[in-house]
Amino acid sequence: MTAARWEHFEHQADVGLRGRGGTPDEAFAQIALALTAVVTDPDRVRAERPVELRCSASDVESLLVDWLNALVYEMAARRMVFSRFEVRVEGSSLQATAWGESIEPERHRPAVEVKAATYHALAVRREPDGGWTAQCVVDV
Amino acid sequence: MNLSRLARVSDFEWRLEPSGPMRVPGVLFADETLLAEMDDKVTEQVANVAALPGIVQASYAMPDAHWGYGFPIGGVAAFDADRGGVVSCGGVGFDISCGVRTHLTGLARDEVVKARERLADALFHKVPAGVGSTGPVRLDDRRMREMLTGGARWAVGQGFGSERDLERIESRGAVPGARPEDVSDRARKRQEEEMGTLGSGNHYLEVQEIRELYDEAVAAAFGLRKGEVVVSIHCGSRGLGHQVATDYAKRMLDAARRHGLSLPDRELACAPIRSPEGQAYLGAMRAAINCALANRQLLGHLVRQAFRSVFGEKEMPLLYDVSHNTCREETHEVEGAARTLFVHRKGATGALGPGHPDLPDDLRAAGQPVLVGGTMGTASWILAGARAGATRAFASACHGAGRQMSRTQATKQWQGREVADDLAGRGVLIRCRSMRGLAEEAPGAYKDVRRVVEATVAAGLARKVARLAPLICVKG
Repeated sequence: MTAARWEHFEHQADVGLRGRGGTPDEAFAQIALALTAVVTDPDRVRAERPVELRCSASDVESLLVDWLNALVYEMAARRMVFSRFEVRVEGSSLQATAWGESIEPERHRPAVEVKAATYHALAVRREPDGGWTAQCVVDV
Repeated sequence: MNLSRLARVSDFEWRLEPSGPMRVPGVLFADETLLAEMDDKVTEQVANVAALPGIVQASYAMPDAHWGYGFPIGGVAAFDADRGGVVSCGGVGFDISCGVRTHLTGLARDEVVKARERLADALFHKVPAGVGSTGPVRLDDRRMREMLTGGARWAVGQGFGSERDLERIESRGAVPGARPEDVSDRARKRQEEEMGTLGSGNHYLEVQEIRELYDEAVAAAFGLRKGEVVVSIHCGSRGLGHQVATDYAKRMLDAARRHGLSLPDRELACAPIRSPEGQAYLGAMRAAINCALANRQLLGHLVRQAFRSVFGEKEMPLLYDVSHNTCREETHEVEGAARTLFVHRKGATGALGPGHPDLPDDLRAAGQPVLVGGTMGTASWILAGARAGATRAFASACHGAGRQMSRTQATKQWQGREVADDLAGRGVLIRCRSMRGLAEEAPGAYKDVRRVVEATVAAGLARKVARLAPLICVKG
């Protein structure tokens, strides 16, 4: 079983996000944590308040862009940060719950806001070990 | 970058001959060193843009060009609607109408340095910056619509700044043809509380000393005196612009498919100018330009208030406000005939030369001020549109230094505290909300702005007027 984890990868002007997991659901949840980590340390964010999200797209890669953009929107419009995610990917649609809290500059020390997820270096794939990877570059 | 595909036209102009699907050549303005340091992707992206339908003359890259989404940053390309031309959100970028404005203060360097801590605190306190900050104005539906069509003109009507400011803003403060109805509810929602905020990342507010003048006559016309202090603001259309770009990146991918446009890269998503999708994007993008112009006008007002709290009543006239992520409908002479073109500038500014009818009367003889943002540690520059500017890259020039190192790498190399201390040692006072954010913006993560400016001038895109050195820098 692939361990669920996330990482950032190098990109000249912006930040690359990667989520890994045993299922697409886990990979999508992990890349969401990587998104939070662009803004602040996810360990500092209390998973207090749930927000429901739904996305649908023409294919699973576009779905990943939509998922991250939906989170970017919720972060900006609600002034929240999220630290726990439950995602159910079905084909090229998903339903998810994100838990988080209102942003508090003193405690979260947000470094930078994310403008949008892009189609660059975009991938949702099954690895030879059977695990799933979701990756994308976001514009900051 | 591998230079073997490029033909040297001069030391500062390089040509990529059309091949494969390219409809026009690529033209890169840079010296050999800048070019060698550019990513190979820049040539590839210049070539991709050259293959888009209706492109006119050439696909250009400015000396600060680097890899971007679809179009390179520093890319300039014009399209003719009569010849099947397209409009692309990848040619404008995610931060629609990001730009720079500079206010004159009339204060001498020493006066400002004496009050530096107090001024820095006043600016930091007055100007909302950083993630999650909210601005001084809340917009309901009606005010949102008025702002999206009225731009900086709306802001002045609300009591932020004066009519005189509008003369010194591109398009006199508001671009025509904005269609607020094509701006999504999400984009509006993101802007409700963000009017008059600086944002984060590479956006900044800087108090700068005029360190050197290179053209006394033009400097006099601009009101620039050596040893005096100016304030520059680098910011864009905030959440609204980001969401418009997000919305239309998706819609244009579908549109391109429907109109049978084959794209080598999804970020090149575009639609014919004369299509419902193209018109909707243009309408929404113009509304986002107006949002950026209004936002910078509000920020200018807050900066004036901060200065007044320290130095008393000051007019602080606006030198100019330029955007460097836009698509504008402009008239240019192509092969002896005047044509209406849709000019995309992504990380490139307009640079109207002397005598241009769109310039305000008191700047017409001097040419348009071109504001080039540098890095915190080095310098910013004020240039003027070149005499031959109108015929070079549709009167465009460079916009800034351009990153040369990733954020991840910058945070590995530097710590925020160390960056702040190092800058303090060089006489630059920093006020920022995030030390990690500061490390990501360390001066060493950017290209040498002087080299970019020298190449821009040598290529005949603009003339050198003044060099500015930072005294105070406020970051989100």
